[in-house]
Amino acid sequence: MRKTRISASIAGIALAAIALTACNSGTPGADPTEDGGDGGDDTTALWEVATDVQIEGSPTFDAMTERDGVIVGVKNDQPGLGYEDATTGERTGFDVDIARWIAASLGFDEDQIEYVTIPSANREQALVNGDIDYYVGTYSITDTRKELIDFAGPYFLTGQGLLVAADNEDINGPDDLEGKIVCSVTGSTPLQRIRDEFNPGDTVEYDTYSQCVEQLLAGSVDAITTDEAILAGYVAQRPDELKIAGEPFSEERYGVGVAKGDTVMVEHINTLLTDGGDVWTALFDEHLAPAGITGTQPEVDPAS
Amino acid sequence: MNVITDNWDVWAEGLIGTLILFVAGGLLALILGIIVGAMRVSPIPVARSMGALYVNTIRNTPLTLVFFAFAFALPPLLGLRLTADVSLTLAVCALGIYTATYVAETIRSGINTVPVGQAEAARAIGLTFGQVMTLVVMPQAFRSVIPPMMSVFIALLKNTTVAAGFGVVNLGAARNYLSERGANQMLVIIWVMIIFVVLVLLLSWAQRALENKWRVAR
Repeated sequence: MRKTRISASIAGIALAAIALTACNSGTPGADPTEDGGDGGDDTTALWEVATDVQIEGSPTFDAMTERDGVIVGVKNDQPGLGYEDATTGERTGFDVDIARWIAASLGFDEDQIEYVTIPSANREQALVNGDIDYYVGTYSITDTRKELIDFAGPYFLTGQGLLVAADNEDINGPDDLEGKIVCSVTGSTPLQRIRDEFNPGDTVEYDTYSQCVEQLLAGSVDAITTDEAILAGYVAQRPDELKIAGEPFSEERYGVGVAKGDTVMVEHINTLLTDGGDVWTALFDEHLAPAGITGTQPEVDPAS
Repeated sequence: MNVITDNWDVWAEGLIGTLILFVAGGLLALILGIIVGAMRVSPIPVARSMGALYVNTIRNTPLTLVFFAFAFALPPLLGLRLTADVSLTLAVCALGIYTATYVAETIRSGINTVPVGQAEAARAIGLTFGQVMTLVVMPQAFRSVIPPMMSVFIALLKNTTVAAGFGVVNLGAARNYLSERGANQMLVIIWVMIIFVVLVLLLSWAQRALENKWRVAR
């Protein structure tokens, strides 16, 4: 009896596996509601997938064409920017759409993009190792990072801000943090800046901003600090419980991370960003304007 | 070497955090573990079942979940404000309570190596349970459990890195800090590894010293 049951379940698993692979290979040209998800459907109308793309002298592009697909590094826990729905696996957000737009300009459609969630601390290493082709995920352009990798863009400007409970009237800016507990991600620059330049009561650090939001809602910490664009996504999720306090007090310029030395790829992305103003505005209006922030497209830095 | 010399502050803060977690968590685990171990061999049925319940629930829970409970469930329940000190205390409690189950079981295995006749003889001359344990059984049990007990503490030392994800700065968080400063991630990991190998070698050395000191002439 036992033996038959085991072989029956193995047969079941095998059947399921066959069914799954069958679905997978059937996607090209299939019903658009099946692939990509809703988020992709709205925005893919903004651009067309380029055909017969020829780019000379870009190792990244050569790797893409060889494997016939793009591997993009993104975030998965930042609503409005880079977010992955845990139940459907669908990825949405401004950064994710920028990544899709770049892939389309290189001649790859939605089915050929593989997303990899990479936490902030691992970004440079992933690019240096060649695990990903490019990274779009609240990636501030800094000089120390430029020593290891190259940046295209910036495609977005934001600044450090503070997130507090909606009924908090005490904190209206970084100068009001005396005696307050501020939360951010372990070892992050915004937290260092708060410690060095302002005078918080104490700071605590978790692995993700979502965990900080958890503690803020529980009343265990008073404020969360990081880039305003990231904070705005959490406000959009819980407008009744959270709000942004005061004005941004630094300047962060988000770029697209590219392997060091691939100037050709940087120039390609910069040209795309410079020429595609309407797409940028449409993406901003869809993902970030509802969270209550305003912004205009920045000019890109010249490739060095 | 630059990774170390350019970032003394991070490494020092991390090492201090790791040592505090290890020493405080280890002390808590030792005290709690001895009590629970004694409960599990005591003649009182209620104490025995309490000890078994404690060991079987906590030892069967993954450490990250124990940490999660202490970092996210406890503060709202107690209305705690999460300063760095509070986070550290919570982490020490999580580590101590978790490791105590292993200490208790190690002690119990040591107690089992003491021949029953010893305890019976001790009782026959009129010693109480407490006296039997502290004067006759425990001193013999301790010397036989030094190697497994040291393994428990070595595991505790390495488990301290889990606290990095729950608001406590230690060596486990060094990589996150140094990635923001543009350091090479692989180098950072290798240095963290070297520091842990050295720390564990120190513990192994302490183990050998204790074994030699308490050796039984057989």
